[in-house]
Amino acid sequence: MKEISQVKRKRWWRLFKRQWQLHLFVLLPVAYLLVFHFIPMYGVQVAFRDYRPLHGIMGSEWVGLKWFEQFLSNYQFGQVFSNTLILSLYSLATFPLPIIFALILHAIKSERYTKVVQTVAYIPHFISISVMVGIISMLLSPVSGIYGNVYRMLGGFGYPVDFRASAQAFRHIYVWSGVWQTLGWSSIIYMAALSSVSPELHEAAQIDGASRLKRMWHVDIPAILPTIAIQFILRCTQVIAVGFEKAYLLQSPLNTSVSEVISTYVYKVGMSSFRSFSYGAAVGLFNTVINLALLLSVNFTVRKATDNEISLF
Amino acid sequence: MGYKSNRMSDRTFNVILTIIATIWLIVVAYPCIYIISSSFSSGTAVSSGKVLLWPVEPSLTGYELVFRYKMVWVGYANTLLYAGVGAAIHLLMTIFCAYPLSRRDYLGKGFVQKMLLVAMVFSGGLIPTYILISDLGLVNTRLWLIISGAVSISHIIIMRTFFQSTIPQELLESARIDGISDAGYLVKVVIPLSKASISVILLYALVGKWNDYFTPMIYLRSREYYPLQLVVREILNAAKVDISNITDIEVAEKLASAADLMKYSLVIVSTLPMLILYPFLRRFFEKGVMMGSLKG
Repeated sequence: MKEISQVKRKRWWRLFKRQWQLHLFVLLPVAYLLVFHFIPMYGVQVAFRDYRPLHGIMGSEWVGLKWFEQFLSNYQFGQVFSNTLILSLYSLATFPLPIIFALILHAIKSERYTKVVQTVAYIPHFISISVMVGIISMLLSPVSGIYGNVYRMLGGFGYPVDFRASAQAFRHIYVWSGVWQTLGWSSIIYMAALSSVSPELHEAAQIDGASRLKRMWHVDIPAILPTIAIQFILRCTQVIAVGFEKAYLLQSPLNTSVSEVISTYVYKVGMSSFRSFSYGAAVGLFNTVINLALLLSVNFTVRKATDNEISLF
Repeated sequence: MGYKSNRMSDRTFNVILTIIATIWLIVVAYPCIYIISSSFSSGTAVSSGKVLLWPVEPSLTGYELVFRYKMVWVGYANTLLYAGVGAAIHLLMTIFCAYPLSRRDYLGKGFVQKMLLVAMVFSGGLIPTYILISDLGLVNTRLWLIISGAVSISHIIIMRTFFQSTIPQELLESARIDGISDAGYLVKVVIPLSKASISVILLYALVGKWNDYFTPMIYLRSREYYPLQLVVREILNAAKVDISNITDIEVAEKLASAADLMKYSLVIVSTLPMLILYPFLRRFFEKGVMMGSLKG
């Protein structure tokens, strides 16, 4: 027995040494991950310490859950948390739109026209967020933007309300500009799934007298359901993770009551105004934990509902 | 009869769908055309809202203003450096990590894959990362702007899936008989066979780096290191302050007359490289999204 395992170990070693070039390839990315991903994971403990740059992470005093308690009892907690939740649920509500868009394009008979619409619909995806926010502000200008022009074309006098300065409009601007930018691009994945639907299914349904609408309902949608489920799980993992860039860039003193979300709050308390690294890290960790719990529970629910057929892990 | 009425309703259905698609086409295309036309109009035409579809009083003033602005050049040069070198490094890292993972016989596979999974699910977050970068002395350096985000787990997975599904295992066996090394096989066989996926990853990295606003905003202090996106933000944001300060909206907009025009031109100038790439590479991009959707 002992000899066999020794022989095995020797053989393993020989193979391991023979693959030295492969180890060398992997070394660089692995080192990068260790330094830039895993050290910060270890550094998460600043959330439980009173971090002072001079003392370093390990030398700073351990304060336990102090920062978490401070955040949860902060008067801003309710507002920041509900802003994040509302904004992300509102965005989540637009999840079906790319699916509908893909179904429509797939059902249109003229393939050439479909290609034209697709090509144009992808363009906004390439616009950076800082440019996008600039565009939003330019186009919504009551004087010189499209918004002002349309208002006057419809017979309005003078200048309409300036939405850019209105807190009520912030959420709509945030969500619908996102739809404008990503609808086409997000539909690609469904288009791909739809194009793999066997044409025989459609032919069979046609012979049975099913209209295009009925075929969309009974052939197309069931065929892309697994894709939809996976995309939905992925989308749900971002529910509490409203992206920093856009919320931050669209922020102005006039709309912080609705636009302050967890990620922008972390930046503000941790880095810009208070510069309390520990407090910011605690808020960030709080956010990460909720997201992780959400991912696991959505994944679990979907897996149960589909009898282990669809799942991320 | 049923068949015939179905065909009739199918035809109306097709018309309805085409109309919906056309509406979306206009919703997307009109603002784009509007921005392009505005950028070629005169300052007063833009700020008084005269541009509707085509350029009014055509002029190149906007572009002149943009190119006179020194920071635009600085930003462009920096972005070219960060995006160009950064994307190349990103590509190398992706190939280096994805290729061994695609090999069934690679012994370190389990370890590396577990590491990727952990890194995908957990992250230190903004502040612990910032502390690390500042301890390493990389805050406010060009180096960090180039190497930040050099390893992307999702890109590695896309690339590995591609290698696994397109390069037959027998090829490796026959190459081995010829006495080729692992490195030689990667360079001479795998990479030439994977041009499509390599361009997809390269382009993803290029677009991502070109459009990145977050990293430079957090880590840069000196203006001479600013990439284009920070410069763009500075300029596009400039009049916003004015407008909220001045209560008479008409006066405020007139003051910003030339500034408005310049913004439209700046939008075009900063997005143009991506838009030029786009028509050529459209099919690659689509392929990339589809590859990403493959499971496993």
